[in-house]
Amino acid sequence: MILSIQNVVKRYADHTALAGVSLEIPKGQIFGLLGPNGAGKTSLIRIINQITAPDEGRVLFDGELLQQKHVEQIGYLPEERGLYKKMKVGEQLLYLAQLKGLSKAEAQNRLKDWFIRLDIKDWWNKQVDDLSKGMQQKTQFIATVVHEPKLLILDEPFSGFDPINANMLKDEILGLKERGTTILFSTHRMESVEELCDSIALINRSQVVLTGEKDEVRNRFKKFEYEISYSGQLADSKTFEIIDIDPEKNKATIKLTQPDQTNQAIAALLKQVDLFEFKEVIPSFNDIFIQVVEETK
Amino acid sequence: MNKILLVIQREYLTRIQKKSFWIASLLGPILITAIYAVPIWLAMQDKEVKRVEILDESGLFQVEDLKDKEVEFTLVKKPAEELKKSFTKEGYTAFVHLPKDILTQSKELKIYSEKNLSLPLKSTIERVIEKKVRATLMKEAGIASDIYDKTQVDVGSETITVSDSGNETSSSSGGAMILAGVMGMLLYITLLLYGSQVMAGVIEEKSSRIIEVIISSIKPYQLMLGKILGVGMVGLTQFLLWIVLTIGLSQAASTFYSVSPVKQKMEQMKKGDPDAVKQVENASPMSEVTKVIESTNIPLVVGGFLFYFLFGYLLYSSLFAAIGSAVENTAEAQQFTFIVMLPIILAFVMAQFTMQDPDSTMAFWASMIPFTSPINMMVRLPYGVPMWELATSMVLLVIGFLGCSWISARIYRVGILMYGKKVTVKEMAKWLFYKG
Repeated sequence: MILSIQNVVKRYADHTALAGVSLEIPKGQIFGLLGPNGAGKTSLIRIINQITAPDEGRVLFDGELLQQKHVEQIGYLPEERGLYKKMKVGEQLLYLAQLKGLSKAEAQNRLKDWFIRLDIKDWWNKQVDDLSKGMQQKTQFIATVVHEPKLLILDEPFSGFDPINANMLKDEILGLKERGTTILFSTHRMESVEELCDSIALINRSQVVLTGEKDEVRNRFKKFEYEISYSGQLADSKTFEIIDIDPEKNKATIKLTQPDQTNQAIAALLKQVDLFEFKEVIPSFNDIFIQVVEETK
Repeated sequence: MNKILLVIQREYLTRIQKKSFWIASLLGPILITAIYAVPIWLAMQDKEVKRVEILDESGLFQVEDLKDKEVEFTLVKKPAEELKKSFTKEGYTAFVHLPKDILTQSKELKIYSEKNLSLPLKSTIERVIEKKVRATLMKEAGIASDIYDKTQVDVGSETITVSDSGNETSSSSGGAMILAGVMGMLLYITLLLYGSQVMAGVIEEKSSRIIEVIISSIKPYQLMLGKILGVGMVGLTQFLLWIVLTIGLSQAASTFYSVSPVKQKMEQMKKGDPDAVKQVENASPMSEVTKVIESTNIPLVVGGFLFYFLFGYLLYSSLFAAIGSAVENTAEAQQFTFIVMLPIILAFVMAQFTMQDPDSTMAFWASMIPFTSPINMMVRLPYGVPMWELATSMVLLVIGFLGCSWISARIYRVGILMYGKKVTVKEMAKWLFYKG
């Protein structure tokens, strides 16, 4: 485990942001941290970044109690991110990299590599003021990863990115994962969760309400529903019921009356109709998100 | 520690690279030099002899009564109306109309000129006429003119301070007052100037939202301390530049004057009349400056200034930083800056009284309380302050600084992450007791 969060409680004057949160984040994964606004995601991220300290509980980083030296192994891209406007891109990145513990020479070398890699060689002496938003986002991303952190925390990384930059960012994230970086990825956008994450945790009302590997979570929320296309007359049977039907197109959605009785259901179907297509309805994370949040209201 | 150095370096270099820093660094010394150089230069420009026409209806004046180094008088006898029109065409700066009864109606003198008459010329004309009128009146009263000359005495005093050990130092209370005023003013301006620069820097970090990235690398108090020290070093650099440039410019200015006609004139005077030279030198502001330098303990005053600037600045700028952290823009900051500016302004007002009476009870307390002590102790220092008072004041200021920076750091660490909320003083007070 790169990160082991144990029973963390954080209270503010007028509310409790985290009420006993426990999470295990395995090494080398892309871990999605989901939850509605105000659920406590940012509070948790700030505790991991040691911007604030928990009132109770503890956090282990790579088996050790989280402490100041670990900031150099964590990269953080906050949701609300900015740069010094009156500073040159190169100087600014050098400064931020040195704050993360790199020597000046080392930082310079790595930054040069990044500038070549992202094809922005001529930006070094540009004032941040003169950069477009997309260019600033690239700069911020470099600042987050230049010290090659073991843990990368991205808070809504895609917000405000155009499709081209979003794609670039996605490729970079996957590349970092391949090289062994663990990525903690906080977002609302379920399509990027489906696409990128290996595991997720859903936080609602200051508590973890759902956690696990992506496919395993999905299975948990499987409703044993199938989309079918057919020809003939379809009717409910002992093993399934029709929950949605479009007779003109010969399509329908059925739900098994007993879980894990797929074969029996197919047998029953074949008796009624000619079956062309039989496909499991996999719950989307969007549905899971909404369902769980509603349930834990 | 290493990271605080990085912050200091960034704060320092980005400010030093700004144009405004160099403009202020150059403008300061130019202004200071100009304040005393321009009047001298203007005086030099005025050195050609002025010509003045006099219509004397009283018949009192002879040509020999009207001798003056700077002004050439010409007695004329033409109708006043005609002279009023013609004097400028004939190259006279002014035309003086002396009424018949000048001896009894001495206020009736009229001076006509094309442009506004310069004050020195007016007083020269009046002096010359006054002298003759007085002499005539005394003669009528039966007083010999040499008796009058003998009664013209000029009382001058030398002020001497006697220390407990009986050492006598020639002091200059006027000079001490000037020095005190200059230093009080300088502290007042710089405390406000650099304090608000710290605040602007904090607001910039918060409103540009880089703050969260930075404090995921270093502790908030490290960032705050680094910023305060970085800006403070900019302040010290500016002082250094001001001092060096002012000295350089003054040197340049005095070299320029040394080859000027004034200097030549003074050289000539030196050869002929040593007394006149002494008079000129005594009257010049330079002699007062030399006197101040001789009579004050320069290392103590300079050291004191650096100490009170440094700790006064640290105290106030940490409060400014706390305010910057609690607000989201400069406009919102205004209501709070007033709270911090109030003691600085108060200290400056108190300093005006301290300057009048540096040993009063008020002056004593003003120079002890950490918020007012930087300005007030600096105002007292040129007059001489007992060592124990100075030491107590310094210790209290350091304690005050530690207290203020503790309070500020606690407000700061909460404030920088607080967005979208109008903050009140009461709320800031609550932040002091937040954990972690």
